[in-house]
Amino acid sequence: MSDLHQLLGDIRKHLPKEKIAYPQVPTFTKIKDKAVLKQQFIDALALVGGVCHDVSDIAECQQIMRDKLGEVAVICSATAEWEGNKTITDIAHPRDLDDVDLGIIRAEFGVAEMGMVWLTENSLKINSLGFLSQHLAVLLDPDTITENMHTAYQQIDFNASEYGCFVMGPSATADIGATLVRGAQGPRSLTLFFLKTPVPDQ
Amino acid sequence: MKFKRMKINVEKNAAAFIHMDDVHQPTHDKNLWNARMKRDRMAASIPEWEQMRDLASQIKEHALTHLDQYVEQFVMAATKRGTIVHFAKTAEDHNRIIYEILKSHNATKIVKSKSMLQEECEMAPYLESRGIELIETDLGERIQQLSGEMPSHIVMPAIHKTTDDVAELFARTIGTDPNNKDPQELTEAMRNNARPKFLEAHAGLTGANFAVAETGAFVVCTNEGNADLTAAIPPLHIASIGIEKILPKTEDLGLFIRLLSRSALGTPATQYTSHFMGPRENGAELHIVLTDNGRSERLGKAEFWYSLKCIRCGACMNTCPVYRRSSGIAYGATYSGPIGIIIDPTFDDKKYSELPFHSSLCGSCTEVCPVHINIAEQITLWRQHMVRIKASKPSLHYAFNVAGKLFGSPKWFRRAEKLGYYGLKLAPDWLVYNKTLNAWGKNRQMPAIQKETFRDWYIKNRVK
Repeated sequence: MSDLHQLLGDIRKHLPKEKIAYPQVPTFTKIKDKAVLKQQFIDALALVGGVCHDVSDIAECQQIMRDKLGEVAVICSATAEWEGNKTITDIAHPRDLDDVDLGIIRAEFGVAEMGMVWLTENSLKINSLGFLSQHLAVLLDPDTITENMHTAYQQIDFNASEYGCFVMGPSATADIGATLVRGAQGPRSLTLFFLKTPVPDQ
Repeated sequence: MKFKRMKINVEKNAAAFIHMDDVHQPTHDKNLWNARMKRDRMAASIPEWEQMRDLASQIKEHALTHLDQYVEQFVMAATKRGTIVHFAKTAEDHNRIIYEILKSHNATKIVKSKSMLQEECEMAPYLESRGIELIETDLGERIQQLSGEMPSHIVMPAIHKTTDDVAELFARTIGTDPNNKDPQELTEAMRNNARPKFLEAHAGLTGANFAVAETGAFVVCTNEGNADLTAAIPPLHIASIGIEKILPKTEDLGLFIRLLSRSALGTPATQYTSHFMGPRENGAELHIVLTDNGRSERLGKAEFWYSLKCIRCGACMNTCPVYRRSSGIAYGATYSGPIGIIIDPTFDDKKYSELPFHSSLCGSCTEVCPVHINIAEQITLWRQHMVRIKASKPSLHYAFNVAGKLFGSPKWFRRAEKLGYYGLKLAPDWLVYNKTLNAWGKNRQMPAIQKETFRDWYIKNRVK
């Protein structure tokens, strides 16, 4: 802590005399209608390479993923709703998820402005699931879509997790010849299903 | 170390890039201008864009003028969450602290995501010379690591290279087919090359885009998800954070995330906006190396502290006509382009004394900066500084002295105008286009000078 005091001393010695006040930041909200927010979410996610589907149950999600990827070998789910064939609670080390072809996650909420979903270790169970999986299927309750980044940050409890990530579509890069490539280091695709959060203890 | 102190000849370096061939410079220019145009489209699609820039600027200035409070608050909050915070006054401290953490964990293989602060501290060579195997995981940074070059752009580290360059590099270094020049397949090759390294790594290193005083959390933005892989797999995560990255409150992030990638690449946000609040799980460790390295001193420079507001988006680089021609490598520094011109001399005003003159002062950088840094104005202030400490080129000194005298005396100015007309008319081409005497004549046709000066015309037509 003596190092901290030295750092604080160095800063205080050089602080500008003029103090700038902290401004009031509005949330810039405009939209009340949930259907409009949902459509905005779909459009925003499409822009960054994610695809949305309206579904009525898990079986429908599974069929869509089979149509898209064919029969994949390893499916690991961090949700109770969708059962995979690799059990996440049996994983000893985060690297053991390296063979996952399809990872299944239920997002905590979505952001209409960006087509982002909020994931934490509570939804990922093991954080590496969101990044080592070759493909992701994400379940999102459309009622949880919030308008923009300002409203999104208002609803996060930073004490509820040690890690949290806004995920906006699949992994991407344009570092070679400024050409956009999806599937840089993380998932190659992200498929999003609008499906209401199941009522617990049914 | 002697070599490091050598003055960077940015003009010569830029010329080397421009004259390399007919492909590199035009491609570089086009790709960066595309990013600038995408940025403009994004900005235009958000009605509150200008208000957001004003607010972001104000929040940064507020945080920096109260930085002691926020640093303390950040450290307390992070410590409470179980994060171990270290303090580095200098680049050497920063590197030593990281090495000691790695050593105490027997960590010899590490993966890292992009951190400009770690670049600034020249951490990679420091660790590598001590037996640490270090892999850059951002694709652009990895390309630069394999080329033995520093990043040429703070967001797009290998933007000065063509796809052919990368194909040749990967063929030589990771064994791809030299005839494979497909960006998709080259990216795939590196994905497969990097994957085992993530799995084996003993530790993961990241930087941070923002740190929040209120919660002790820090935020890392990537498109590849490489920072998340870096942090999610090894049991040890070390983040290097410059003290100027601290924001007061969580809600501030809303503003900055909305501005960052739109300004940088013209995309709504990065694919991943990752927040680290504390160690991942029992047994995993999270360390922060909070680094000053000249920042507190810069805060005390009445004219120059505003550069600390920078959020490293690179918008000023994408728009700069001089940067787009020169490439970032020409600046010979961690930070290139307009923002580099005003940051690099704070580290060494002799080595980087020519950078402030590598600008047309068109002011486009100031126009696009999401946090309203007066970049162009600061470039002129740095020019004044260089002249004051006599670090600018002697030829410039001489030229400006003469110009000062001429512009200061109407009589001599009029004579010089006439002299210029007859001089240029009579001088042979070998003299006018002499590379040493007239750099302006290099690659350019000299304009014809009118015989009638504006003054002559004015007296004839207006003065009655």
